[in-house]
Amino acid sequence: MSKLTLKTEGDTHVVVTRRFAAPTEAVYRAHIDPKLVQKWMLGPEGWTMPVCINDARPGGKIRYEWSNGKGGGFHLTGEFLELEPYSRIVHVERMHLPDPTPDNHIETRFDADGAGTLMTMRMTLPDAQTRAAMLATGMEHGMEASYVRLEGMIELGSRRSAS
Amino acid sequence: MNSSLNLDAAFSALADSTRRGILARLAKGEATVMELAEPFEMTQPAISQHLKVLEDAGLIVSRIDGARRPRRLSASGIEAMDQWLAMLKKALEKNYNRLDEVLAAMEMPKQKSKKGERR
Repeated sequence: MSKLTLKTEGDTHVVVTRRFAAPTEAVYRAHIDPKLVQKWMLGPEGWTMPVCINDARPGGKIRYEWSNGKGGGFHLTGEFLELEPYSRIVHVERMHLPDPTPDNHIETRFDADGAGTLMTMRMTLPDAQTRAAMLATGMEHGMEASYVRLEGMIELGSRRSAS
Repeated sequence: MNSSLNLDAAFSALADSTRRGILARLAKGEATVMELAEPFEMTQPAISQHLKVLEDAGLIVSRIDGARRPRRLSASGIEAMDQWLAMLKKALEKNYNRLDEVLAAMEMPKQKSKKGERR
């Protein structure tokens, strides 16, 4: 049903795929143009990205800072390794929570799919434990909103079994 | 009622990143305290404390195997992990739904209304 797939592969990879109704050039640009990235890479409702630095060339720096508007926030730094317009971006990134997480090596591919684009993001973590911790940490971003959802799900479940 | 998932305890158990990391590790299979302590660079007593919180919340269970007490996810713990993955997917999906809007505004204003997709 969902257009997004998220799965683990082997011991150290996470692969995310998503289709977009736009040509590869547009999807590629939306991943590296800071003005565009700031509009969508926000996580849960209510979060913004006040700082978005994206120096899109090999060796260029990445810095994203997120804020929840209530004094909460965290940031991510990284470096671009390879850029092939409009088909492939390879970069490394780490979260600062505030201690840096181990490097996540990410290859993002944009393949033409009819009139649209199939994006495949393949993350490689240093080891299985780091991947487990990253998946757990990634979940943290959605947490505030997710608690409410989880609560809803559990309440729904218990109401169903109670009736 | 108190046998399986204690909701308040589960929420506070899930509020700690080390404990979420432990759950994520146990999602791959049973593990001993020593195996769990290693990746987190924590002492065994510190890990044991986290395990107690998770156990009290009904998210993990232990069994006795000689001198070892390996832990594994309980049914509630497995459910919690599934829900986490679903949440992560949802957070990503939210980002990409926003990207859909950005792309529509950029390149193809005609296709702004998406068919067959509702929030």
